[in-house]
Amino acid sequence: MAKVPVQFTLNGSEKAEFVESGTTLLAALRDKIGDTSPKGGCHQGTCGACSVIIDGELRLSCLTLAETCGGADIKTTAGLAEGGVLHPLQRAFLDAFATQCGFCTPGMIMAAKVLLDRTPNPSREDVVEALSGNICRCTGYEPIIQAVLLAARANSQNAA
Amino acid sequence: MSLALRTFSSMKDANAALQVSGTRYLGGGTLVVRAANEGDVAVSSLVRVDDPGLSQIAVSGGKVRLGASVTMAAVARHPELAALAPAARAVGGPAIRNMATVGGNLFAPAPYGDFAVALLALDATVVTEGGEMPIETFLAGRDTSRVIVTAVGFSLPRAESFRFLKVSRVKPKGVSVLSIAALLELAPDGTVTSARIALGCMADRPIRAKAAEKALLGCKLTQQEIAPALAAAGEGIAPITDPVASAWYRAEVLPVHLGRLLLN
Ligand SMILES: Cc1cc2nc3c(=O)[nH]c(=O)nc-3n(C[C@H](O)[C@H](O)[C@H](O)COP(=O)(O)OP(=O)(O)OC[C@H]3O[C@@H](n4cnc5c(N)ncnc54)[C@H](O)[C@@H]3O)c2cc1C
Ligand code: FES
Ligand code: FES
Repeated sequence: MAKVPVQFTLNGSEKAEFVESGTTLLAALRDKIGDTSPKGGCHQGTCGACSVIIDGELRLSCLTLAETCGGADIKTTAGLAEGGVLHPLQRAFLDAFATQCGFCTPGMIMAAKVLLDRTPNPSREDVVEALSGNICRCTGYEPIIQAVLLAARANSQNAA
Repeated sequence: MSLALRTFSSMKDANAALQVSGTRYLGGGTLVVRAANEGDVAVSSLVRVDDPGLSQIAVSGGKVRLGASVTMAAVARHPELAALAPAARAVGGPAIRNMATVGGNLFAPAPYGDFAVALLALDATVVTEGGEMPIETFLAGRDTSRVIVTAVGFSLPRAESFRFLKVSRVKPKGVSVLSIAALLELAPDGTVTSARIALGCMADRPIRAKAAEKALLGCKLTQQEIAPALAAAGEGIAPITDPVASAWYRAEVLPVHLGRLLLN
């Protein structure tokens, strides 16, 4: 199968790779580029563990073909910490015990990030809705909801 | 997985490429890439068209035209499409809605196709390069259709005349037990003067509840007067069975939910 070039920005840095036509973005990120923060849980669109942010919108990297991402701005959880300092969402997930096995966590954090970017002070319902495409088999969800609300409060305190 | 993707700038060339066996059009990919991930070898190549016009929403003079690549998220947030937002928001979770297209929803087998149920109630027109056809005709022939849908068109309903309901077990984003869309016109005294009702999960694709539509004419929307329409709702249905619900269960609860939609 012919290889095709793909070029995009990942967490602020330019990436260029050759992939087989039909390669998913999830496979390209994990197996080619080495960003293993998006997880492959189901490859069916149902678990949300592979969620990434493409041009500001939450998407499932398991159902996105890499070659459709030419020129895109892609963000993953691996790019959130700055200079070894965790992002407020990452901090809140630790503080609220919102991560157990951790498999769902990068997807949850991506879904929460697009929410907080648009709605800095979300209601509980907003959070539930924003995370509704992400499955967690460990926590029972409540700590995750609390973590997102905690991160929102931390952000607004920092801004004040 | 080996899937060859070819991108065309011309609809004509893409339609020609689609005639090759094993080739499918790539919309948002939520069904077709999923099928490939699952090992469906029936799909060996995909085609797409990079025409920005396919993602356009046009609303003017009470008419709406949605390009086939318009996503559920784009419909849900469009200020002039508030009447359709509940149907668009009924599809999947936030990431799915950012990907799932209007065109793809027309092909989605039950329990999917919630937005297509709304389009069927609205008597939408399905547009291809070859011309336009009523959505009912399109849905009936979709299994053998080898042509790219470019847009759908319909008259924008007044918010109060259009109702949509999706019943699911997992809130807020589970797949449908059933979905119902109804376009109802009422006389000033509340009598139903026209009714068009579409059902999801009551066959392998959206269907109309024609007997119920007929039974509603001349009725007021009261428990008593809608009773014959609810009794007729099951005429001609062949609900699907899946892990969410059996055909029997879906048929049993259909009149209950139709009643709630009408009385709401
Ligand atoms: C986790 C999950 C949850 C979901 N939940 C729902 C739900 O609640 N409700 C619901 O209705 N659906 C749901 N879906 C199904 C699906 O996401 C939607 O039906 C969506 O609208 C399909 O659109 P798409 O663009 O992704 O289709 P694609 O996967 O791109 O295409 C689907 C089929 O349609 C054909 N096609 C697509 N566009 C065109 C076109 N313009 N012309 C000709 N052929 C075309 C393709 O060739 C393919 O055969 C869900 C899917 C997943 C994975
Ligand atoms: S791996 Fe993409 S949604 Fe589960
Ligand atoms: S922490 Fe294990 S799946 Fe969520």
